[in-house]
Amino acid sequence: MTASLLEVDDLHVRFSVSGGGLLGSGRRMLHAVNGISFKLAKGECLSIVGESGCGKSTTALAILGLQEPTEGTIRYRGQPLTGTGAPGRMQRAKAVQMVFQDPYASLNPRQTVRASLAAPLRLHGITAASEIADRIEVMLGNVGLTPEQALRYPHEFSGGQRQRIGIARALILEPEIVVLDEPVSALDVSIRAQIINLLLDLQEKLGLAYLMISHDLSVVEHMSDRVLVMFFGQVVEEGGWRDIFEKPAHPYTRRLIAAIPDPYAEQNPLRQQDRLPGVPPLDGRGFASDCSTAPDVFSAPARSELVEIALGHRVRLVPAD
Amino acid sequence: MRLGFNFWLGAGLTALVVLAGILAPWIAPFDPVLDADLMNSELPPDATFWFGTDGQGRDVYTRILYGAQISLTVGVVSQLINSIIGVTLGMTAGYWGGWWDDLVNGVTNVMLAIPSLIFALAVMAVLGPGLPSLLVALGLTNWSWTCRIARSSTLSLKSLSYVQAAQTLGYGDLRIMFTQILPNIMGPILVMATLGMGSAVLSEAALSFLGLGIQPPFPSWGSMLTDARQLIQLAPWVAIFPGLAIFLSVLGFNLLGDGLRDSLDPHMRTRNP
Amino acid sequence: MTVPLLDIRELCLGLAVGRSVVRPLLKDVSFQIMPGEAYGLVGESGSGKSVTSLAVMGLLKKPLAVSGGEILFKGENLLALPKRAMRRLRGNRIAMIFQEPMTALNPLSTIGRQIAEMFVLHQGKNWDEAQELAVEALMSVRVPNPDRRARNYPHQMSGGLRQRVMIAMALACNPDLLIADEPTTALDVTVQAEVLRLIKELCAERGTAVLFISHDLGVIASICQRVGVMYAGCLVEENETRALFTDPRHEYTRGLLGALPRFGSRSQHGRQRLVDIDSIIADRSKLVETRFIAPRCAEEGSRS
Repeated sequence: MTASLLEVDDLHVRFSVSGGGLLGSGRRMLHAVNGISFKLAKGECLSIVGESGCGKSTTALAILGLQEPTEGTIRYRGQPLTGTGAPGRMQRAKAVQMVFQDPYASLNPRQTVRASLAAPLRLHGITAASEIADRIEVMLGNVGLTPEQALRYPHEFSGGQRQRIGIARALILEPEIVVLDEPVSALDVSIRAQIINLLLDLQEKLGLAYLMISHDLSVVEHMSDRVLVMFFGQVVEEGGWRDIFEKPAHPYTRRLIAAIPDPYAEQNPLRQQDRLPGVPPLDGRGFASDCSTAPDVFSAPARSELVEIALGHRVRLVPAD
Repeated sequence: MRLGFNFWLGAGLTALVVLAGILAPWIAPFDPVLDADLMNSELPPDATFWFGTDGQGRDVYTRILYGAQISLTVGVVSQLINSIIGVTLGMTAGYWGGWWDDLVNGVTNVMLAIPSLIFALAVMAVLGPGLPSLLVALGLTNWSWTCRIARSSTLSLKSLSYVQAAQTLGYGDLRIMFTQILPNIMGPILVMATLGMGSAVLSEAALSFLGLGIQPPFPSWGSMLTDARQLIQLAPWVAIFPGLAIFLSVLGFNLLGDGLRDSLDPHMRTRNP
Repeated sequence: MTVPLLDIRELCLGLAVGRSVVRPLLKDVSFQIMPGEAYGLVGESGSGKSVTSLAVMGLLKKPLAVSGGEILFKGENLLALPKRAMRRLRGNRIAMIFQEPMTALNPLSTIGRQIAEMFVLHQGKNWDEAQELAVEALMSVRVPNPDRRARNYPHQMSGGLRQRVMIAMALACNPDLLIADEPTTALDVTVQAEVLRLIKELCAERGTAVLFISHDLGVIASICQRVGVMYAGCLVEENETRALFTDPRHEYTRGLLGALPRFGSRSQHGRQRLVDIDSIIADRSKLVETRFIAPRCAEEGSRS
């Protein structure tokens, strides 16, 4: 096991929201993320899956420095990214970058492709025109665009091409970690495959570590090495992709998998609920909830813990008393 | 971009005012101030004095040409000041939020509650009459709408992922505002400024009419109207032509602004390479 | 031989300026939906699947205009129908549910009242009766505590519940045809599965035919008996659902299916590269020249 690039330890994010009273009285704390911990190794693809409101995007924003965590630490190569000793945007930019969901909102309509790639380079001290031009050309080649296209504006590109530009922008500073926020869910089916292939190629070629946020389990299964399943701010199950998709233990994970719309469901042994392997013995401990109803987001969750049921495969259970 | 008839009419009228102002020293047949001749006072329009003469025998046509300089200066400079104040406050308030946003919002609401002409009058009363104080007064009074528009556009842009992308790339806040936000909110701001130019011309006329703006004998359309007050029965042309000039230039600015707004509407935009 | 409920014949429509179509969006689209059948239209953005449904509903807005073909509903050409008659059909015999239920519901009126309105409008019930029927309708779409929920406003409900309310409204008058345009795209996966099951069961129970429009092949497969694949305004392939997915005949369908990451395939075969549709289709403009429409067999139309 290689040393981890990114370590997230007991991350909490709480938002203060207005309770609706006059003059903002009755403000309450919304618990968006409740104690998430994980490690991301070099070259690995870790996916966080869950439904809207589960805290997966908030977790990603905290790692990118766009959201201040309430508690907990995030370390990059052992150096804290949070708290008082946290580096500024400039240093962070070379560590973590992001590919956004909506290719139509993620590019500045008034900047040519070249301008949006050159500006970050200049900002980070690369001023020689020839070097900038070289790096842009190489990067465009990496994502499958031609140098001539660099002079165009975003509205001249299709959704798939825009997503390629977004990927080029995320990679231009040569970060080691890329956060992928639903990278293909806004794209047409035939374009999705091209972008997924491109992301996997780039991961291998550049040794990137991906942290992918997604609700599309087919894509997650295809791309991930490890998976975290989140439900209302907590990890309910985590493990290697085989653990999660072949031997899901938590009822919520099972429900997510059962809900995948899949034209080939009947031919797929993993989709036959009765053929799923039984839940391993839990030593008298039970699941905190089956996650069929939404918990109260304004209070801290009930006491529970992640228990390792197989090597690297952990499930959230209520401790035995 | 497809531009409608209104835009071209507005652009034409505006161009007419601009040309009149710039070319006044060459195309005006007389001097606006020095060629006063009481022998020729209150003459109706004829071949020599196209728009007639005023109470002191000065050529109204000449004075209207020179008056365009004042009106343009007032319109452009006051709107420049307005836009700079409005955009700076609105964009930073929208981007940073928090107490700064609350403060800017509060001040904007107060400004909107005071009638702008009354506020300008107060400023003029403090600074004294004259062109520079007129510019300052009009520049300080009309930024609240610009500020509101800049703030709300910034708020909606801030949530777009290209602004987040700029943050993750290490851009500082000011750089983000200048490179990512400002170019994308310029459209509505430009429209506001053009529409504001019309109202600034009107305000200048009003303040000059009240004797607080441009001081005689220098011509501005407003002060010409003031002078024409006593002559309106005797020599209506002394009032009609400056009034017409104000009307046409304000109409021009407004049509230009409307046309710009339509053409900047993304639904109307076709490919512009 | 059963008469089709909806019979679309060589429908052409496009962007029109004056009387002439300047940009065709649909080219000779023909398909039939039998009574009680769930028919799926699948395609990528811009393929013309949504304008097809708008044309059936008579909701095309300028500059869109039909330039040819017929839309026969129970043998009557909807395109020739006067506006009043069309309005009587809409919501009564043909109902529609949309992708974003929030925009389709009136935010200022309780949902009970909005459902009741359907009964008042189309069945001439009085308000008291209609209110009771509305609660029953909510119950039928399995909304918990229907009589309490009937007094809720749309913003007080989750996206999944709102979509159930939309379904209750759409099915209120027992329409013959339900048009569903991406009804689950905005929903979470587990909620999507519930809503799909609901549509499937309710329509089967009542014998309502469904025209289901989606970009998601998995969703289409889970609800429809027969599927049409649209590309660039043409129906390029049509077949029984299972046949279409196991034995796609048209090049485009094959590309589309290959491009899909198949759940479970990595477990069985290891990670395989997804098919890049552009690498197997040499010339996209030739795609619409071939069509594969599988004939219906005699048994069709009656649900098994």
